[in-house]
Amino acid sequence: MNQLTVETLHVPTMAEMIASGEEPEILFWVGCAGSFDERAQKITRDICKILQHVGIKYAVLGTEETCTGDPAKRAGNEFLFQMQAMTNIQVLNGYQVKRIVTACPHCFNTIKNEYPGLGGNYEVIHHSQLIQQLIDEGRLKAEGGESFKGKKITFHDPCYLGRGNGVYEAPRKALEILDAALVEMKRCKTNGLCCGAGGAQMFKEPEKGAKDINIERIDEALATEPNIVAAACPFCMTMLSDGVKNYNKEQDVRVLDIAEITARANGL
Amino acid sequence: MIGQLIFLSIVIVAVVFFSKNVRKIGRNIKLGRSIDRSDHFSDRLAVLLKVAFGQTKMVKRPVAAILHLFVYVGFVVINLEVLEIVIDGLFGTHRIFFEPLGRFYGFLIGVFEVLALLVLVGVILFYARRNWIRLRRFKGVEMTQWPLTDANTILIAETMLMIAFLIMNAADYRLQQLGVSHYTSVGTFPISGFVAPLLPDSEFMLVAIERFCWWFHIVGIFAFLNYLPYSKHFHILMAFPNTYYSNLQPKGAFTNMASVTNEVKAMLDPSYVPEPVVQGSRFGAKDVADLTWKNLMDAYTCTECGRCTSSCPANITGKLLSPRKIMMDTRDRLTEVGNLIDQHGKDYSDGKSLLDSYISREEIWACTSCNACTEACPINIDPLAIIMELRRFAVMEEANVPTSLNSMFGNIENNGAPWKYSPADRLNWAKS
Repeated sequence: MNQLTVETLHVPTMAEMIASGEEPEILFWVGCAGSFDERAQKITRDICKILQHVGIKYAVLGTEETCTGDPAKRAGNEFLFQMQAMTNIQVLNGYQVKRIVTACPHCFNTIKNEYPGLGGNYEVIHHSQLIQQLIDEGRLKAEGGESFKGKKITFHDPCYLGRGNGVYEAPRKALEILDAALVEMKRCKTNGLCCGAGGAQMFKEPEKGAKDINIERIDEALATEPNIVAAACPFCMTMLSDGVKNYNKEQDVRVLDIAEITARANGL
Repeated sequence: MIGQLIFLSIVIVAVVFFSKNVRKIGRNIKLGRSIDRSDHFSDRLAVLLKVAFGQTKMVKRPVAAILHLFVYVGFVVINLEVLEIVIDGLFGTHRIFFEPLGRFYGFLIGVFEVLALLVLVGVILFYARRNWIRLRRFKGVEMTQWPLTDANTILIAETMLMIAFLIMNAADYRLQQLGVSHYTSVGTFPISGFVAPLLPDSEFMLVAIERFCWWFHIVGIFAFLNYLPYSKHFHILMAFPNTYYSNLQPKGAFTNMASVTNEVKAMLDPSYVPEPVVQGSRFGAKDVADLTWKNLMDAYTCTECGRCTSSCPANITGKLLSPRKIMMDTRDRLTEVGNLIDQHGKDYSDGKSLLDSYISREEIWACTSCNACTEACPINIDPLAIIMELRRFAVMEEANVPTSLNSMFGNIENNGAPWKYSPADRLNWAKS
C-alpha cells in the first residue's frame, strides 16, 4: 500500500519541469478555488495524490496560473474574461501544453469551449473524467483505503459538467467501483438542479426570494437519506456544505468531492 | 357558382392577410444582429428531424407529451383533408380525392376521424389542465390575462374545428346512406358513424348541417391560420426553422465577442491591427435590435409552456426571474418596435427598451446560468443567451453591476483570482 502523506506530496511546477528538460503528460489546472479555498485545497491535494499514485507525470502552473475569466464572463464582463483568457493562453502556449485536467467544471468548460476561439487549443478533461479513464484502464481501483461498502452516496451534477458539457457518467463511474449504494436525487443528470453558485452567483448575495437555492438542493439530497453527498465542483462543494450545515447535519452527512472519495478509497 | 366565388375570395383574403403578417414577423426578426447559422446543414437537419418532428424533448413530461402528440399528428395529417376541402371549395366538387384513391380514400377518412377524436381528447385535457386542474406551470407573473386568454382561445377553436369536422362527416355519411345524389358512398366513418344516428332524418336538414359544418370548418381553419401570427400558437410553424437554427455548441460554451477580442488584442499587443468587425456599436443588448436574429426567432417561437420556468432554480426558489417571461418580453417588445417602425419609420425611438421597460435588473442578476431552461425547452429556445446579452450591456456599457460583483472583477484584475488573495500565494496549498 502506498501511504502518501502531505509531506511526501511533491507538486512539480511547469517552470521546474521545463527547466530540467522534462515534459509533463498533463497539466493540472488547479483553479482559484482549488488554490485558495481551504476546503477546495484538500481536493486539490487529493487530485495530486491520485496523479502521483498512478504515476502520471504532471505539472501545475503555480503562480503563473490566473483565473480563467469564467466568473467575469458569466457576469457579463467580456473584456475582463478575454484579458484573462489571452494571458492564460500565452502562458499555456508558451509551454506548448497539449493536455489539461481541471479540478473545477467552470475552468474545464471555459478552457475547453471558450479558449479555442481565442487561440488556445488543448485537450481538456475534468478530474472526474481522468478518474474514469484511470479506472477503465485498470490503473486505479478502490482498494487499500476507507471502505464505502453499503454507504449511501448521492451525486450532485455540476451544471457546467453535466448540462454544460454532457458529462454525466464519468463521476458516477468513480462511485460505482466503491460497492456503495448509489442513490439518485429526483432532479439528476439533465434535470439536475443547480447548487445556486453558477453564473457568478458565488460572488454575490442572492436576489430576494422564498428560499436559497442551495437549501432547495440540499433538501432534495437529504431526502435520499445519504451518508455522503458527492460533488465534483468547488463551488457546489461550498453551497452543499453550507446547506448541510444549515440543518446541523455535518455529523451525519459528509459532502465529499469525487477526488476525495477516490483518494480515500485507495488510502492516499 | 356563387359559393365558389365566395370561397375563392375567402381564400385570397386569408392568404394575403396571413402572408402580410408573416412577412412582418420576418422583417422584425431581421432587425436582430447577424449570427452565422448557415453551416452544418446535415447536423442541423438532424436536430430538426429529431427535436421538432420527433418531439424528443417533449417526452420528459410524458402526459403532456402524449396529448401533444395527438394534437400534433392530427394537425399535420388532417391538413391532407384540408387540401381536398380547398379543391372542392374552388371547383364545386365533392370529395374529389375519392375517385382517384378508391378504397384507400375510405381508409384515409378513417385515419382522419380517429385523429380528430384524439385531437379532441388532447385539447379537452389540455383545457382541463389549464383551467380546472390549474397546473402551477401555467401560472406566474408573466401569465397575465392575454396569455391565458390566448391559450384558451386556441384550445376552444381547435375543439370547435374538430367537432365541425366530425359532424360534417356524420351528416355526409347519413346522406350517403340515403343515396342522395352528389353524396357518393366513400366508405365507413369509424367515429362520426356514432354521431350520425343523432342527426335529424330530413334530407334538407342533413344537407344544411353538412354544408354549415363544411363552411364553418374551412372558414374556421383560415381564421385560425390568421390568428397564429398574433398568438403563442405560432410555434406550430416556427418550431421547424427554430430547431434547424439551434445552437450546436455545448451548452456551457458562451459566445466570445469578436468586438471585444479586437480591443483586447490591441491592448495586449500595440502592433496589432484590428480586424474590421461588422456589429452594432453597443456591447451587449439594451433593446431587441441588439440581440441576434436567432434570439428574436426564439421569442416568436415560444409557446409559453413554462417548462423553462418550472425548471429554473431561481424561479423555483421564489425569485423574480422567469425564463418564459424573458422570451415573452422579448417578443412583446419586438412586436412593439415593429409597429413603431410601421407607424413612424425606421429610426423612431419611443424611449423604451427591453432592459428596464420590460426586463428588470433584478431578473437578469438572479440567473445562475445553469442551462436548465435551455435543456427544458422542447424546441431549443435559449433564454440564457438573452440574459447574458443584457448583463453584458449592464456591465460593459453602463458599469451598473451589483457591488459585490464589482469587487470580484477588481480581484480578478488585480490578483488574478475572484477573491482577495495574493497571486504569490497561489501554490501555498502544496506547501502546507
